[in-house]
Amino acid sequence: MTEPLPRDFGGYPSRAAPAYGQGSSANLADILERVLDKGIVIAGDIRINLLDIELLTIKLRLLVASVDKAKEMGIDWWEHDPALSSRARNRSGLAAENARLRAELDALRTGREVLPDADTTAGARTLTGAVPADEDAEVLGAASEERTGERIREAEAGERAERRPARRRRPAAGPRRPREEPPP
Amino acid sequence: MTGGTVCYLYGIAGAEATGLYDAVGGLRGIGGAPVGVVADRGLAAVVGAVPAAEFEEAPLTRRLEDLDWLEAVARAHHEVVDAVAARTTVLPLRLATICRDQERVRALLAERRAGCLARLELLAGRVEWGVKVFVLASGPDAPGAPAERAGASGGTGLSPGRAYLRTRRHERDARDDAYALAEETVRRVRAAAAEFADEHAAHRVQQGPLARTGAENVANDAYLVPATASDAFLTAVREEAGGPGSVRVEITGPWAPYSFAADPEADPATAPRTDPGTAPAIAAEAVPASASGTAPAAASRAGPGAAPGTAPPGAPPEEEP
Repeated sequence: MTEPLPRDFGGYPSRAAPAYGQGSSANLADILERVLDKGIVIAGDIRINLLDIELLTIKLRLLVASVDKAKEMGIDWWEHDPALSSRARNRSGLAAENARLRAELDALRTGREVLPDADTTAGARTLTGAVPADEDAEVLGAASEERTGERIREAEAGERAERRPARRRRPAAGPRRPREEPPP
Repeated sequence: MTGGTVCYLYGIAGAEATGLYDAVGGLRGIGGAPVGVVADRGLAAVVGAVPAAEFEEAPLTRRLEDLDWLEAVARAHHEVVDAVAARTTVLPLRLATICRDQERVRALLAERRAGCLARLELLAGRVEWGVKVFVLASGPDAPGAPAERAGASGGTGLSPGRAYLRTRRHERDARDDAYALAEETVRRVRAAAAEFADEHAAHRVQQGPLARTGAENVANDAYLVPATASDAFLTAVREEAGGPGSVRVEITGPWAPYSFAADPEADPATAPRTDPGTAPAIAAEAVPASASGTAPAAASRAGPGAAPGTAPPGAPPEEEP
């Protein structure tokens, strides 16, 4: 993996090349950094907040949105990023696990509909009870990465959720829900 | 096909520069549309028509989340800026600067006239060079790695737990060394570069490179260098960049002066930041990052399926009840 030093320098002949050698060969990260983050800001007629679209945000949204697409493009930085890779692994595992469990739950629901009511409630309670307290924190953590600034707050929210197991009775609430309710 | 168009601005140049008109002749921008010039009293905006269906506010906000679309637009934007910069001095504009018509473009030029003319004068004959410093501490050739392999194979006679901890300690020591070396390299490179550069900007480090370098970026600088001094600048930086294999220096450029286009006083939000504390801060952050990395790694040994009830069955994260 270690590239020898000269390779990086050899690529930029300073004398032979035309004055502007970057052109279409420039690294996408470098281009995005410059066109999204640098350059003059002039408020045109159509206003968008590019500050919301910082590189970090793009990276993390990519993780959630289209990992396969990114891999096709040869973008796999998260596999080298020690701060992200463990979470990345967790998340894809989590998504698969989630899908599987949801499918099971659907199957259960369909099956239980013909059964007496009491039975259904008992089954639901068992399922709810089996949810580990830290799961909500995981999901919160994943969602919060869209905005770095929110990460800490949400991690705290996740901790609060852990401390209040009663909340687990409503597992269908979306991950953003708990954040909107101020802690008691 | 109705689909109106709006006016996309790539950059601003001096209207008298003959090189500008050579540069835009035959140039194609976003969506393959021809690139033109809208001039107003000494300033010229490099513009192109783009479909309103993609660049009005609502669709644009959505599209920016689509990396394929974003990459195409970003590259097209950059190529236009690059082509113009090769012929004349240009102030690159932030991606997606859009006006409804050319009258509005002229109005914007008039508003920013004084600042832009002053900046264009300062940037004339200068190019931007990017200098990034990477640490390869987590790579397979880092000093800690052989210890890890020995520990993993059990050849040292230590219990797996002790071997694991020892490996972690070795890794941490190796990382500390590599970061110290990197800091030193950053200092030397910055000093060497300063001799030839008119301005310096320390950018946010690229966390997790989009390119597959497998290394951690600890310094991401840009220098504004007179075109005539570029060779001397490159030689000086390369001289300081050599050294141990755990630190790598990458030079990119020449770029149009993206990092120096904004007037630091007029636009403090986008002004280049000089932050000598960048490298130490990164090194300090690295330790908790590696420490937190151990927990999931250890947990994953239990096997992905072993964690009971990893997901709440009734809690799809993205759906409302």
